[in-house]
Amino acid sequence: MGKAWTFGDNMNTDEIIPGRFNITTDPQELARNAFCEVKPEFAKNVRPGDVIVAGQNFGCGSSREHAVIAIKGTQVKCVIASSYARIFFRNAVNLGLPILECPEAVAGIREGDEVEVDLSTGLIHNLSTGATFQARPLPEFVLKIAEAGGIIQFLKHHDFQELMGQTGKK
Amino acid sequence: MGTLVEEIFSRKTGRTVKAGDIILVDVDYIMSHDNTTPLAIKAFREIGKPIYDKQRIVLHLDHAYPAPNILAAENHRKIFDFVKEQDLPYLFTQGICHQVMIEEGFVTPGAVIIGADSHSNTYGALGAFGTGLGSTEIAVAWVTGKCWFKVPETIRIELYGQTQPGVYAKDVMLHLAGLLGMNGATYRSIEFGGEYIENLPIHERIIFSNMSTEIGAKCGLIAADEVTLKYLTEQTPALERTKRPLEAIQPHNPRYEQLLQIDVSDLSPQVACHPDVDNVKPLQEVEGLEIHQVFIGTCTNARYEDLEIVASLLRGKRVHPGVRVIVTPASQRIYKKAMQNGLIETFIDAGCVVTNPGCGACIGRHGGVLAPGERALTTMNRNFIGHMGSPQAEIYLASPATAAVTALTGRITDPRRYL
Repeated sequence: MGKAWTFGDNMNTDEIIPGRFNITTDPQELARNAFCEVKPEFAKNVRPGDVIVAGQNFGCGSSREHAVIAIKGTQVKCVIASSYARIFFRNAVNLGLPILECPEAVAGIREGDEVEVDLSTGLIHNLSTGATFQARPLPEFVLKIAEAGGIIQFLKHHDFQELMGQTGKK
Repeated sequence: MGTLVEEIFSRKTGRTVKAGDIILVDVDYIMSHDNTTPLAIKAFREIGKPIYDKQRIVLHLDHAYPAPNILAAENHRKIFDFVKEQDLPYLFTQGICHQVMIEEGFVTPGAVIIGADSHSNTYGALGAFGTGLGSTEIAVAWVTGKCWFKVPETIRIELYGQTQPGVYAKDVMLHLAGLLGMNGATYRSIEFGGEYIENLPIHERIIFSNMSTEIGAKCGLIAADEVTLKYLTEQTPALERTKRPLEAIQPHNPRYEQLLQIDVSDLSPQVACHPDVDNVKPLQEVEGLEIHQVFIGTCTNARYEDLEIVASLLRGKRVHPGVRVIVTPASQRIYKKAMQNGLIETFIDAGCVVTNPGCGACIGRHGGVLAPGERALTTMNRNFIGHMGSPQAEIYLASPATAAVTALTGRITDPRRYL
């Protein structure tokens, strides 16, 4: 269970972590400045297990992984967004940041609501309102990377070709 | 059979692929720069496997080069040491990665090039599949030679007509960004075509592919044609690199998700206003707005022809005393040609600062950082809050011609007044 922190549409990588802080790759260091322009109180008050709830095209802009690392550094449980920008989506999967796509939940969760998320089923409960939402399932091969905890962990134990095992012969 | 991106991926995988298929592709080149390579090296160490093919790895130092601070210098050091340790053949310090990739002949029609930089879409202007990825996937490609993709649906944008004097490819692209929006092409391939695009030289086609990133596209492709092959053969060592004839790959019986047809004939100069790239207005609506810095540079608009336009408008004049005017050529090759042809002298005599080639002021850490309350007009592709320094500064995007005349007056100015 955690508290929801809400953000709007088109949150770009500079808003997640401004470029001037990207000289480090230390997660805690980056986390200290996460969302500092758009929600200055976030970094100070976010607690492990909280969730980020955002609109469309979350993470658009730069390819830099600092945005994902900064969010991981805050120890939020996951990000729930209406949709993701493509590089951010890949980076989140590759680095093991849980992300859920669920426009209904985004519409039904307000700042400060208590939210419970079951990452294995994609079920999102808003405990403050009693509403339940089902996130879109991730593609199977993306799930394989996510379950391994990221692409590096996956490659330690599997061949890249295995990713395509069930989906490659379309 | 299919759209250009389907054609490219079908050739690459040796079977017919369609939008929606998930494929593992052998990549031709894997690009990264001083901002993203250190994280890739870290991921490479964690994976703990050897490099698959050194010839495919191309590294650049361009974002903060020469180093503006100790941390940047340490990052460069890490990269130099890694290149030595792994005996890598390609490390460039010749300017902006995307420009150097093209100049050095790495970008050819049908090639699949991934880059740890969001503007790797740029390579689409020469009929290559180029896309941006994070550092970890770059490291994965170093050790596997491969990358996974979901073959994207395609939005075809057909442009026809001819722009009026004073209106440039940048104005057309800004207009498209306003029309489609920042989320308008997310996960999609954009195919730019039509008589307007076909008549453009390569340096202007690049603007469309480069800025396809800003509307969320996975890639921004322009089918290679005679113009492309001539450019690559005459201006780059592409033939020596590929060791096979260059081929103009075209779409065949494509099925497009969306087809837009736009006449550019009546378009006026455009400006993307603070704070979003899709906040695009006809220049007249913001004309007269005070500007404190003009920056002519970046992977979008700092090619020789861009500098030529700027020089033609600044020749024999002085820039407004209240404005810092910074010119950062995209590459050493461009810088040298500009010097040989007297453009650099024109810039200096007009009161501009000419910096070494690279990303320069675009990244907000050196070469023209903005103070709170300042407003910049630039030839960049992106105007995110804080991108050039202070989050209290504003960034406006426009063509090199608009940038040049704005430098003269200190206010956003219509270049058509100077024709």
